[in-house]
Amino acid sequence: MQSRVLKNLELELAHYRNRLMVGAGFVLVLALILVTRLVYLQLVKHEHYQNLAENNRITLVPTVPNRGLIYDRNGSILAENFSGYTLEITVARAGDLDALLKQLGELIEITPKHLRQFKRLREESHEFETVPLKSKLSDEEVAVLAANRYRLPGVEVKARLFRNYPAGEGLSHVIGYIGRINDRDLKNLRESGKTPNYKGSTHIGKVGLEQYYEDILHGRTGFEQMETDSGGRAVRVLSQTPPSAGHDLILHLDVELQRVAEYAFGDYRGGLVAIDPNTGGVLAMVSKPGFDPNLFVDGIDSTTWKELNESIDTPMVNRPLRGIYPPGSTIKPFLALGALELGLRKPSDAIADPGYFSLPGSSHRYRDWKREGHGTVDLHRSIVQSCDTYYYRLAVDMGVERMHDFLARFGLGAKTGVDLHNESSGLLPSKEWKQRRWKQPWYMGETVIAGIGQGYHLTTPMQLAAATAMLANGGTFYRPRLVRAVRNAQTREERVIPPEVAWTDRFDPGHMAHVRQAMVDVLKPGGTAVLAGANAPYDIAGKTGTAQVVGIKQGAKYDASKLAERHRDHALFVAFAPAEAPRIALAVLVENGGSGSGTAAPVARAVFDYYLLGKKPEGVPVREGYESAGD
Amino acid sequence: MNQPAIKRVVAGALRHMDGMLLVLLLVLLAVSVAAVFSASGQSGARLAGHLTNIAVAMAILVVVANIPPHILAKLGPPLYAIGLVLLVAVALFGEIRNGSRRWLPLGVTSIQPSELMKIALPLMLAWYFQQREAILRLRHFGVAAVLIALPFLLILRQPDLGTALLIGASGFYVLFFAGLSWKIITGLGVAGALSLPVAWGLLHDYQRQRVLTLFDPMSDPLGDGYHIIQSTIAIGSGGAFGKGWLSGTQNQLDFVPERTTDFIFAVFSEEFGLLGVILLLLLYLAIAARGLKIAEQAPSMFARLMAATISLNFFTYIFVNMGMVSGILPVVGVPLPLMSYGGTAMVTLMIGFGMLMSMATHRKLLKT
Repeated sequence: MQSRVLKNLELELAHYRNRLMVGAGFVLVLALILVTRLVYLQLVKHEHYQNLAENNRITLVPTVPNRGLIYDRNGSILAENFSGYTLEITVARAGDLDALLKQLGELIEITPKHLRQFKRLREESHEFETVPLKSKLSDEEVAVLAANRYRLPGVEVKARLFRNYPAGEGLSHVIGYIGRINDRDLKNLRESGKTPNYKGSTHIGKVGLEQYYEDILHGRTGFEQMETDSGGRAVRVLSQTPPSAGHDLILHLDVELQRVAEYAFGDYRGGLVAIDPNTGGVLAMVSKPGFDPNLFVDGIDSTTWKELNESIDTPMVNRPLRGIYPPGSTIKPFLALGALELGLRKPSDAIADPGYFSLPGSSHRYRDWKREGHGTVDLHRSIVQSCDTYYYRLAVDMGVERMHDFLARFGLGAKTGVDLHNESSGLLPSKEWKQRRWKQPWYMGETVIAGIGQGYHLTTPMQLAAATAMLANGGTFYRPRLVRAVRNAQTREERVIPPEVAWTDRFDPGHMAHVRQAMVDVLKPGGTAVLAGANAPYDIAGKTGTAQVVGIKQGAKYDASKLAERHRDHALFVAFAPAEAPRIALAVLVENGGSGSGTAAPVARAVFDYYLLGKKPEGVPVREGYESAGD
Repeated sequence: MNQPAIKRVVAGALRHMDGMLLVLLLVLLAVSVAAVFSASGQSGARLAGHLTNIAVAMAILVVVANIPPHILAKLGPPLYAIGLVLLVAVALFGEIRNGSRRWLPLGVTSIQPSELMKIALPLMLAWYFQQREAILRLRHFGVAAVLIALPFLLILRQPDLGTALLIGASGFYVLFFAGLSWKIITGLGVAGALSLPVAWGLLHDYQRQRVLTLFDPMSDPLGDGYHIIQSTIAIGSGGAFGKGWLSGTQNQLDFVPERTTDFIFAVFSEEFGLLGVILLLLLYLAIAARGLKIAEQAPSMFARLMAATISLNFFTYIFVNMGMVSGILPVVGVPLPLMSYGGTAMVTLMIGFGMLMSMATHRKLLKT
């Protein structure tokens, strides 16, 4: 019995040792599996993981350059940057977004407008991008958010540079605005290969100078090679390519002159372009009404956008650049010069004006604006009194083709090439054009009314101003320019953009003098704009005009009571001064202003008085926000 | 107490140390201090905490080593009972952390009763088999299976599949060394393989996700897959010789998650490379081998079963942790034995090694 137990024990121990061997083998197998795996990872795939580790920790962080500033000719700031804080949300990290927004609403004020704007921006951006909810946070808001940061996943308070336009409405159509980069902008950037420079940039110039000079204003994005941890937090900077700030723009434009002009418009809508006839520099460019460009910087909300877009006053239309109007009688000095140059008239040639003109073999009467007629009218008088009959006849003698060709020499019917995008070219009609556009022959009657700037002929105030400037300087077409100089933000070095002569035309100085004298007398007793020229210590050469209102957008829901007013003629005035040595040339358009002499010419006079004499009309408001850049 | 008295007590306590095992453990702990220091971003507080844990665990090791095996065996049933009660308590009153009920609040602190079971279950089984040493029959294995199933199921429903499997494995090792027939083992293996699809259906979504993530970490690079991706990058980029101590970019730049605890192996492999990893594995193997040697020479059935199970269990934890960190096993919350920061696991392991030493030294004493 004893030995059996012992034998059993021996057997059992042998059995146990056997199991221990299996256990040890098991351990070795496990160890071998691990070694295999580790050899695979650390030797076979080492390079692969080495690369991954490098990419993991080194990231290129773009450093966004400061956008260039925009100044007027006297150093008043028109577009500036200021730093502030925005509340931004990374939707992918936020978890329950609705709950988060509600929570934020309890901490700081979140208006429905913010939410609408957020919703729209969110639709435009990707899940992992940060979307701003509220910008320009107050110090208290920043503090509250910082204190509650730990329970607000995906919420960031970011320091940002904001764009501000102190001139507000007044220069909205000149300066334009920047806005958040959208899909279309991205596509454009990709196509032009500029995407790398926009890494980290959130905004881009959308219209106006901000758009046209985007490349200059934006600057070059710098990069920091950062070592980061998995949370993307920077640990240290490995290398650095500093950004170079965008260049500043210095304009020809004088913001005070601009304000004088705006003020002179009173309650009227319209446009004005004033140009230095010796350089093409744009001294003032008014489009009334305007809009507040600051609304667009961080995304305009749909309600305000709708209001702006559907307003009967069309504040979003850049009138000097894109508004097209018949030139009316302002075309007369050009045609008069054409008559002299083409040898169709001599200054002394006179007609007897019965108050109307009829084509041979027709009883239809093309009426003069003065029913009883102007009596005996020569070239000088035709301009001073704006005699229609004289030009009806002249137009027939000149013919539409010669008229077209001559006016084209002043750049009419074509884009001036000013430094803004989306300029309209207007329309200078010709037989060829009519056949092409309307598949119809040109009728003689159309030539007749073309003589007084009616019919198909359409110009923009910009075009008219540039043509007037050419008339003023005796034959040089300067490309209109808003920007006078580009200043390097670092070195403060100014690079002046030289005036660009688009072309030079030769006109007989005698003919020029005739026309100019007639235009001077327009503002003298007996002229159509005598009131606007009263007591001017310098000579103004000008020409009034009226343009018939062609039509009003069909189907627009305009107030019926306002329509009558909107059918009044547009008032026009082109002028330059001082007449003998012009320093400023302009075109004024007053929508529904009635007559050029009544509403448009006084605006021009106010602009001349300020520009030439420094005389400011009483009541021009002193606006906050302009500060001279004291550097 | 005068000085000689203290000396006598210390000498007495040290008499129950297994010299070789002690040296191996101390070397390993020294490595762990270096690794935790690096992984914590050279945090003094973490280092102090780790050293405190080591000191406490070493003290416990010495205490346990001085308890004779037959006393240890008697602790089996009460510890097992307490463990079961606590597991039930957890199921009823436990705190829910990260979606599972594993913690039992005890006033100021809270404990994870499943930790206790890691020791209590093998102890209980070894005691049980010792009691029936002479008359071991198949039905006794049946009883043992029930003893395993109770904690296994309670932990499974917490839910904590990883721990449940590891505890189940430790129970199985006892049965294995007690001589469970190969036929049954094979039968269980086949049955287990067949029931896999059923088990899959019973898994919680997060558990399935973990398994799926294992096969394709990129399917969830910022969620579950993140841990695996980052730890494999750390290991792989370590290469043959590593990036050097304190120089692992994945580690120092906070890409490796849970890097002082469950994922410390990623830190170690990144900084010390394949060479360091193999040395570490050799160290672990030596400890396991020493344990198996002690098991071979153990004087009683209880000691044999317990010593072998502790040794095998030890290496199982190493395999599961390294497998998880290197991306061949699903992510389960298992620390790397004696390397990871964490007091509970350290104490549990040292209790085990204390028992091994007790079995090694008390046997010699019996002989002399």
